[in-house]
Amino acid sequence: MAETLAPSTAPELGQTQGGGEHGPDQGTKRDFLKLVAGSFAAVGVGAIVWPFIHSMNPAKDVLALASTDVPLGHIAEGQAVTVMWRGKPVFVRHRTGAEITEAKAVPLAELRDPQPDGARVQREPWLVVLGVCTHLGCVPLGQKPTDARGDFGGWFCPCHGSHYDTSGRIRRGPAPSNLVVPDYAFTSDTQIRVG
Amino acid sequence: MATGLHDSSFTNPVVRWIDQRMPVFTMMQKEYGTFPTPRNFNYFWNFGALAMINLMIMIATGIFLAMNYTAHTSMAFDSVERIMRDVNYGWLIRYVHMNGASMFFIVVLVHVWRGMFYGSYKKPRELLWILGVVIFLLMMATAFMGYVLPWGQMSFWGATVITNLFSAIPLVGNSIVTLLWGGFSVDNPTLNRFFSLHYLLPFVITGVVFLHVAALHITGSNNPLGIEPKGPQDTLPFHPYYTIKDSVGIVVYLIVFAFLVFFTPNYLGHPDNYIPANPLSTPAHIVPEWYFLPFYAVLRAVPNKLGGVLMMFGAIAVLFVLPWLDRSPVRSMRFRPIAKWAFLLWTVNFFVLMWAGGKPAEGLYVVISRLSTAYYFAYFLVILPLLGKIERPLPLPESISRAVLRGGGPLPGGAAAKPMEKA
Repeated sequence: MAETLAPSTAPELGQTQGGGEHGPDQGTKRDFLKLVAGSFAAVGVGAIVWPFIHSMNPAKDVLALASTDVPLGHIAEGQAVTVMWRGKPVFVRHRTGAEITEAKAVPLAELRDPQPDGARVQREPWLVVLGVCTHLGCVPLGQKPTDARGDFGGWFCPCHGSHYDTSGRIRRGPAPSNLVVPDYAFTSDTQIRVG
Repeated sequence: MATGLHDSSFTNPVVRWIDQRMPVFTMMQKEYGTFPTPRNFNYFWNFGALAMINLMIMIATGIFLAMNYTAHTSMAFDSVERIMRDVNYGWLIRYVHMNGASMFFIVVLVHVWRGMFYGSYKKPRELLWILGVVIFLLMMATAFMGYVLPWGQMSFWGATVITNLFSAIPLVGNSIVTLLWGGFSVDNPTLNRFFSLHYLLPFVITGVVFLHVAALHITGSNNPLGIEPKGPQDTLPFHPYYTIKDSVGIVVYLIVFAFLVFFTPNYLGHPDNYIPANPLSTPAHIVPEWYFLPFYAVLRAVPNKLGGVLMMFGAIAVLFVLPWLDRSPVRSMRFRPIAKWAFLLWTVNFFVLMWAGGKPAEGLYVVISRLSTAYYFAYFLVILPLLGKIERPLPLPESISRAVLRGGGPLPGGAAAKPMEKA
């Protein structure tokens, strides 16, 4: 037998639990071993759990699609287009003079989520917002001329009745905040890049 | 103590509250805490626990791979490459799963070998052994279907060849193959059902493993001496003695596993499987994964289609009846001077079959395959039954504790018949 035990190292029979039954002088050493082994195990488990969790984060090909170019040249005044960005609709509206005036005229005190129109656009005719209602994520109506645009001329969410104005700000209904303005930049006078 | 509640011995109030209503803590304490386990295990007894760990690793990695895999002939290959390149740590998860399959077979083959060497299949553990063979079969089916999923050349042609085995069945063979394929060749319906079953079977394996362990905890473990424990002096509580011994084995196992994953992740695979499946062109030399090679060699050793298929399945099926082929009352090969050498030769022969299965089916390789196949079966069907009658085993030690604690090794003759010691 290769693993013959010397009688002195034979365990006490009938003793079912290890742990603190080995006399006070050995307690510290065992505690130390337990602590070190436990710590190493915890670090090891953590090191292997993280790759699994991180694998559920957006993959490189998903991140690579994280910006979208939108040409503006063909959008006439008063028209709006919807483009996809990160799987979500982005509303790009070419606002009329009346709509801009209306958006700028609103006193901030009347707003649930006070923001001046100027803080929500880079160039006044162009309003760019995420087409996702800030209530529970439905897509509001108002992009087509035939859509209901709500009481404030912007967008109206049919799910739970939120009304947005011509600056995409929440005016009435359950939504807590304005339509989100995504990061975007004018790459030329007739094109923007969202994301 | 209120009526209807389990009489729990735990003092922690939360544990006790749960344990009184659902005595899982009592059960774990009984089966993995105080469970009396022969005190003389060697490291071969690690491999059951390792197989359990390996199964959990395969299920965990598999679930995360399935989140990114697409079971469609036009997208499967690309989705696997996307896992390798784009998914965060996808390469790691896939390589662990790929090499995990190989590690699983290494671990399980050692586990089976252990059972054969130390006679763990003998009464009263026949059912335990049979459940193990069922697990082995399910593993082979799962591994085969998993290998098809990346939809490379080896996937496709492996699937074609293996499913065509069933065409050897007289009369209904071709209908069965059409049924397996869901069409007239290995194609999208085949891939879809293989993915579904590949996801299902590991959970079936988990169920059978549970039965395997349940049966084990009735008979108790065998041990290197092959004699039953006669009292508490022959056993140790499972915890901490064997939880620690298993942990040592797990660390070594993980080192080997990590070496494969991080240094030679494709060593055990076949490069042709990185070529997308092409139904119009078979690779020049197609071989299964290494763990199927011995059985593949048996298949090709027989110059008859049906005969080859039957022999190949027979190579596994014979394991089911092993407890009744081996008539010797002595379990451990340590005390069987002739059977020991016959079995060690069988072991070498298994590797010869594995080697021959990876060679082309021509010339000397066929001759070697045939001789090896003959010995593979002769060991089970001729040698073991015969040795049960004619072999004179060495004297068994009186008890485990005597052999282990007092100088080791078998005691002189005549000791075997002594009555059990009282604790």
